[in-house]
Amino acid sequence: MTVDFSRMQAPLPLIEDHGGPQQPLLIASGLRKEFRLSDGLFGGRTVVHAVDDLSLTVGKGETVGIVGESGCGKSTAARLIAGITPADDGEIIFDGESFWTPRARIDGERRRAIQMVFQDSASSLNPRMTLTETLAFGPRAHGVSTEKARAYARDLLGAVGLPPARFAERYPIQLSGGQRQRVNIARALAIRPRLLILDEPVSALDKSVEAQVLNLLVDLRDQLGLSYLFISHDLNVVRYIADRVVVMYLGQIVEEASSADIFAAPRHPYTRALFASKPSPDPRKRVSAPPLTGDPPDPVNPPSGCRFRTRCPIAESVCAASRPPLAAMDVGGTGHRAACWAALPGSGHSLSPRVPASVLGSVQ
Amino acid sequence: MNIHDPLSASARAGASAPILDISGLAVAYRGGAGWTQVVRGVELSLDPGRCLVLLGESGSGKSVTLRAIVGLLREEGAKVEGRVRVGGQDVTSLTSAELLRMRGGRVGFIFQEPMTALDPVFRIGHQIAETIVQHRGVSWREAMAKARELFDLVQIPSAERRLQAYPNELSGGLRQRAMIAMAMSCEPELLLADEPTTALDATVQIQVLLLLREIQKERGTAMVFVTHDLGVAAEIADEVAVMYAGRIVEHGDAGQVLLNPAHPYTRALTNCVVQGSYRDRRLGELTGSPPDVSRLPPGCSFAPRCISRADDCLRTEPARRDMAPGHDVACLHAGSLSASRPD
Ligand SMILES: Nc1ncnc2c1ncn2[C@@H]1O[C@H](COP(=O)(O)OP(=O)(O)OP(=O)(O)O)[C@@H](O)[C@H]1O
Ligand SMILES: Nc1ncnc2c1ncn2[C@@H]1O[C@H](COP(=O)(O)OP(=O)(O)OP(=O)(O)O)[C@@H](O)[C@H]1O
Ligand code: SF4
Ligand code: SF4
Ligand SMILES: [Mg+2]
Ligand SMILES: [Mg+2]
Repeated sequence: MTVDFSRMQAPLPLIEDHGGPQQPLLIASGLRKEFRLSDGLFGGRTVVHAVDDLSLTVGKGETVGIVGESGCGKSTAARLIAGITPADDGEIIFDGESFWTPRARIDGERRRAIQMVFQDSASSLNPRMTLTETLAFGPRAHGVSTEKARAYARDLLGAVGLPPARFAERYPIQLSGGQRQRVNIARALAIRPRLLILDEPVSALDKSVEAQVLNLLVDLRDQLGLSYLFISHDLNVVRYIADRVVVMYLGQIVEEASSADIFAAPRHPYTRALFASKPSPDPRKRVSAPPLTGDPPDPVNPPSGCRFRTRCPIAESVCAASRPPLAAMDVGGTGHRAACWAALPGSGHSLSPRVPASVLGSVQ
Repeated sequence: MNIHDPLSASARAGASAPILDISGLAVAYRGGAGWTQVVRGVELSLDPGRCLVLLGESGSGKSVTLRAIVGLLREEGAKVEGRVRVGGQDVTSLTSAELLRMRGGRVGFIFQEPMTALDPVFRIGHQIAETIVQHRGVSWREAMAKARELFDLVQIPSAERRLQAYPNELSGGLRQRAMIAMAMSCEPELLLADEPTTALDATVQIQVLLLLREIQKERGTAMVFVTHDLGVAAEIADEVAVMYAGRIVEHGDAGQVLLNPAHPYTRALTNCVVQGSYRDRRLGELTGSPPDVSRLPPGCSFAPRCISRADDCLRTEPARRDMAPGHDVACLHAGSLSASRPD
């Protein structure tokens, strides 16, 4: 399935570029979100620190992958960036202009600049709308005529591998999980965003459809100049699609590097455990003990210092004392950063690398 | 050519009655023009304590087959033919009340999307306890204590607080573990799991897989496990069945199917998998579009996309036949294709 989007008659215009190629498309800084649980054991005072001081950048045409513990706040971070869930604190700069701050929210045209494909594909489609109606809805809300929107909807269905002759008039319940996910992707594309946030977009797909969707996303990126924020638990998929990878643990970023660097040489112990947990497709090479044991800590009461220390195989006293900064791992400026005392020269951790003082000076 | 698989040889030797026995299962839904046949003659038999992984094309009927086992299709207005036996009991002849007792009792179900099984307006702990009270007739307090135990079993941290949570207050991974806890609540003999670990990160996924393997070994629970992830299949399967267009096209021990796939579809599938550093290469795709189950071609349903197709494939629908003991394939030419797939 190769798609030629240039031949499709998109009813909405492209959103104009303002900042030029050097300006990152998205700069998120200091994002914070707490959930207050209404009631429960502790009588209305429970606070979940779902996202805690998270900053990330997405370049134009760049794909940034986010991986991490389940429950570490990936979906929450995505919703904060898309402006679906209001943040407690932080700021989003989109193409050089303020997109939102906790006080000022998104306006008209920019509302379509960032679109999101949700993790739970079943519950995010309206069960009473046919697929054509579903895909035409967004463009119509942005002023496109019903007729044009419906025609484009049919084109899009074809583009994501659901021939309109068979699928146009179906309802979501009449689809398999994989088919529904392709509708979700098509719906997000229908209003021509510049940044597409994909929350586990291929986890419900079989491998042949997954390959189709990944190839489709690559085509779209090349033809439409899209940028992606790609959340996935499948490390093989992230390695394939992402230019840069961000690893999260308990609401914070613990490591960040180019895809090539991080898979070649992960620096944070959680990243290493994550990579070691990936099952092999050879039944003779089964895992007998999980690389990482212990309970993920409760986000209501995160551990002091390094949040990974309760499960980290190399934790030392310095790890409980203070939080390791997300620091550069190299002098060359390849952008590999990790938040671990054991990887930081002069931290007092016994495994901390010994570096000549001259080099140390340029790192800090 | 045949890889010896120490993991499953011993279990197959037992001559006990199968916990699950499906024959001639056919399912049709009412479509635009008449009935659409989405499952077309599934044959499957599973011994107690064994784990079968169902792989296959999206839309090939894996989830429908699982729902047929617990008699859920009746409520969907589907037309179901064939026989499904669970522990010798014919599911198609059970009354609605008997089916309800079987679900969540003898048979546990873990759904593809946890939110379809969890009620958003009740606390998780409440829902699990409710199931336990219904099926076991124990007191509410005992049921809550059991729910707490189950949360520990599936390693949900801060179990006490999470029992009080509403489903939408949990992350995808925690919701999936809560579902597993619910499915295990009545110590089922048969566990049906529809992609239970796709929402989990690798460190937790491997823990859950090891947990399910342990449950299977210690309690003798049989499992039918649907996944798209060949790594997950390799980790947990005793046997693997591959579905295409509503039928099982290949079935055998995990080692046989995953390492020596014989059906051209299975071979193509194992070649689509993203592994290692594939960057900047287009992924292998199956050519052609997925089959339209309402208008299948005569002969082999995979023929329009098959690279090994010959003339007779368009005339004769291939039946499943043995390639090796315990390994059967529905392909006219499987035997003459080269023994192992190219790497
Ligand atoms: N609406 C909410 N109310 C209360 N707590 C919430 C809510 N949404 C999320 N949380 C909590 O915030 C934390 C982060 O959840 P989030 O869904 O962002 O995780 P995630 O990284 O996407 O996980 P997964 O990989 O399992 O999908 C979790 O502890 C979750 O329980
Ligand atoms: N309630 C329904 N009404 C009509 N058609 C349905 C219904 N449920 C499923 N189908 C159709 O039956 C076929 C098999 O669906 P099923 O959900 O079993 O696929 P699957 O193999 O589980 O796919 P996936 O891997 O994408 O989950 C699909 O073509 C689907 O569109
Ligand atoms: S800072 Fe300490 S506890 Fe945290 S990851 Fe590094 S070594 Fe482990
Ligand atoms: S029967 Fe023919 S078309 Fe079908 S899978 Fe075998 S070789 Fe291919
Ligand atoms: Mg999530
Ligand atoms: Mg399914």
